[in-house]
Amino acid sequence: MSLPVRPETDRRIDDLLARFPQKGSALLPALYLVQEEKGWVSEASMEYVAGKIGLSPAFVSGVVSFYTMFHRQPVGRHHVQICRTLPCALRGADALMAHAAKRLGVKDGQTRADGACSLASVECLGACDRAPFVQINDRDFGPVDPSGLDEILKRLE
Amino acid sequence: MAFEPLLTRNIHREGSESIDAYLASGGYQGLRRVLKEFTPEKFVEEVKTSGLRGRGGAGFPTGMKWGFLPKGREKPRYLCVNADESEPGTFKDRLLIEKDPHLVLEGIIASAYAIECNLAFFYIRGEFHQGCRTFEKAIAEARARGFLGKNILGSGFDLEIIVYRGAGAYICGEETALLESLEGKRGYPRIKPPFPAVVGLYGCPTIINNVETLANVTLIAERGSAWFAGIGRPPKNTGPKLFCISGHVKRPGVYEAPLGIPFLELLNERAGGMLHPSRPLKAAVPGGSSMKILPASKCDVLLDFDSLAAAGTSLGSAGGMVMDTGTCIVGALLNLARFYAHESCGQCTPCREGTGWLVKILSRLERGDGRPEDVGLLADIAFRIEGNTVCPFGEAIAWPVDSYVKAFREEFEDHARRKACPMRAAAGA
Repeated sequence: MSLPVRPETDRRIDDLLARFPQKGSALLPALYLVQEEKGWVSEASMEYVAGKIGLSPAFVSGVVSFYTMFHRQPVGRHHVQICRTLPCALRGADALMAHAAKRLGVKDGQTRADGACSLASVECLGACDRAPFVQINDRDFGPVDPSGLDEILKRLE
Repeated sequence: MAFEPLLTRNIHREGSESIDAYLASGGYQGLRRVLKEFTPEKFVEEVKTSGLRGRGGAGFPTGMKWGFLPKGREKPRYLCVNADESEPGTFKDRLLIEKDPHLVLEGIIASAYAIECNLAFFYIRGEFHQGCRTFEKAIAEARARGFLGKNILGSGFDLEIIVYRGAGAYICGEETALLESLEGKRGYPRIKPPFPAVVGLYGCPTIINNVETLANVTLIAERGSAWFAGIGRPPKNTGPKLFCISGHVKRPGVYEAPLGIPFLELLNERAGGMLHPSRPLKAAVPGGSSMKILPASKCDVLLDFDSLAAAGTSLGSAGGMVMDTGTCIVGALLNLARFYAHESCGQCTPCREGTGWLVKILSRLERGDGRPEDVGLLADIAFRIEGNTVCPFGEAIAWPVDSYVKAFREEFEDHARRKACPMRAAAGA
């Protein structure tokens, strides 16, 4: 049977297994590796990771569903996350979110049909000094007002 | 004597995160001193004498925590760095991780030496992508210069550090949930005792310290406990502190000051005062979202562990949030309740069900469907969550609810009576 991941990912998971005093600790980093390759964590990916670490697929599924950063469905190429928790809300996060939804043509929590982007309001991103704060994939932006968001999105397109 | 900021001494310099910049500012001299002049036991004593209290929220004395490790060495000991900063209003650790990782790293190495640990974990919140990259790089730099790995600086002490990314769960900042997560499980907090110092990671003795706490250990290594104990408000509120301030202020940010700085000085002098001159201060939360709120009339307080406890709130993580008179307190509490309902791990029924119930009641008050009895019901639910959960998450929502309702009861009752949010009605929304 062929590997459900690239050989490079498989090898990196082996490295993880050798790194930790107990194999279970490799689970979160292994899931990140799979997500990095595939863009999300599918049932097949979970079964594969479970097999590598010696856990049941049900256990892995329970862990994946606990953590918000593991995507159980594909997300867009640009995953736009807008912080909505109190310090950001006090500085206009709600208006920014409404603007983003209009600008991107997608609702909170959804991915655009063309796969270009997804939009999500999220709980605290820990950058309240740069409120309202936005994270797009692994990049940080803040403070961001509606016109600032337009510029960022234009640069990304 | 004027206060000399040391936790933030490097952050404004170009390339402050590189080891060369850190060494140029005298970095790693403290570690050299510890490895040369102190036995592990003596350095534990040094940290005890400094009076350093943990900067993660609970304020427990760091040296005393280290002293709880069992004497025998049948099992390995672990140091877990809590870099899972997730409390709304708190962003101080992110600054250190991104701008001066070696200040933190030096403290980790000295602390690992003190507790005789050879493998440490840096548990960083998954959303801190930049911090994660910066810290990985710092570790590689430190290893290349002989500050990590085998026989550090010829002392015979070995240490490896593994960076471990969380995955978006606030509860993993709770120390036992952090351990569960590090073991590859859902972040469900454990019942204590046993405390992690005795039964921690992989069932072994484990110390969990916050990022800022460890940065302070670097300062103690460098300048000594007597120097540290002379800053702030001795004997129990010693040392420098990073204070966050966000919300309706002109210059939100992280400001370093001795423990005991007046809140109004932080607000007016450091943060530039209120954002909108026409809207004065209505309320502030001095210690991060889980701490009790202070109405403006009670904001003349000193920011340290004991002064804030006496004022009926807590220093917590020193994540100050400021709200002006344009803020609807019911809406603000609804926002926080949503956060806690979203982040409850779900293990304990009072927290899992209670947080959702709070959101439901606050939502209906805000949209104009509230009932007069809802105000009492909020306080009652908070009372029933507090003290009835495995971890302090219960208190983290119960304290805001109880204190917001007590301090601004009329505003809650007004929502129920008018069947509308008065703020939104006034704004014509």
